[in-house]
Amino acid sequence: MLGGFSEEQIKRYSRHIILPEVGGKGQKKLLSSKVLCIGAGGLGAPIIEYLAAAGIGTLGIIDDDTVDLSNLQRQVIHGGNVGMHKVESAKQFVNNLNPDIQVNTYIERLNAKNVEAIFKEYDIIVDGSDNFATRYLVNDACVLLDKPLSHGSIYRFEGQVTTIIPHKGPCYRCLFEHAPPPGMVPSCQEAGVLGVLPGIIGVIQATEVVKYLLGIGELLVGRLVYYDALNMSFDEIKMRWNKECPVCGEKPKITSIQEEIYGDSCRIW
Amino acid sequence: MQDLVNMTTELDLRGEVCPYTFVKTKLKLEEIECGDELIVTFDHAPAVENVPRSLKNEGHKILGIEKRDEHLWIVRIRKA
Repeated sequence: MLGGFSEEQIKRYSRHIILPEVGGKGQKKLLSSKVLCIGAGGLGAPIIEYLAAAGIGTLGIIDDDTVDLSNLQRQVIHGGNVGMHKVESAKQFVNNLNPDIQVNTYIERLNAKNVEAIFKEYDIIVDGSDNFATRYLVNDACVLLDKPLSHGSIYRFEGQVTTIIPHKGPCYRCLFEHAPPPGMVPSCQEAGVLGVLPGIIGVIQATEVVKYLLGIGELLVGRLVYYDALNMSFDEIKMRWNKECPVCGEKPKITSIQEEIYGDSCRIW
Repeated sequence: MQDLVNMTTELDLRGEVCPYTFVKTKLKLEEIECGDELIVTFDHAPAVENVPRSLKNEGHKILGIEKRDEHLWIVRIRKA
């Protein structure tokens, strides 16, 4: 044991330990960190893959879905597991990749009732969900519980990603106060998605999580990266704290998580 | 109270090759106090050039490199 690492860990994390910004101390921070990933789908797959490889000691994964053949065009961790619950498939992948990781599985949908109990167990939340109801629930719960949040979303060939540190920068509602009306939101079947797209966005989210936990670099706080795969362009949109924001503004209307705000539909308020 | 006596620690890395020579030296340095001395033994020739260079990049001071025999070197480091 050197610095509290086994011989196997010294080898596994050597390329991290070599980095002056990480070192043994940084790697230990990662190993003692707890990260919750919402969804084990397109975004969740690369998020889980790289966070497990990085040695995030505890990974929570919540998803109620099962692996479908149509997922494998982009959800690279679920190979050979069609029909299995995605969280179980993800856990199997993580166990094979890195036995250091404790995986907490939640085979359920995130909702107004369970969100607080689950979130409070973790240091940072990564949103890999695919619908507005969950996205707003996650944002609001993070603001109310003061949990950092990595937000990512994808659509056809485009993706966006930002990092929310509640009360230190804007939240998702500061930029998009309400979800678009249901008719404006295409379902996954209607929209389609380029298979590699969530890989790009998810890996950026995982990068932000690792940076946050290590306390290094500049986070995407107050900045939203907009990625266009067809143009192969990354644009940055400045986000400002909105004092009228319904959850983190000066006079917030949302002061607790109420079920009726986050129905199954995409209509939020 | 600041510890006025600098301590010396030894690390035997015979049998280790790059990059683990550097990785293990770095981990040992993280365990000791600033200003303390670390004496590392290597039998991997490339490490004798590579490890001191990497350590200098991280701000540590190389106090000396001594060749003991054909395949044995002692490197003395002061932790920054």
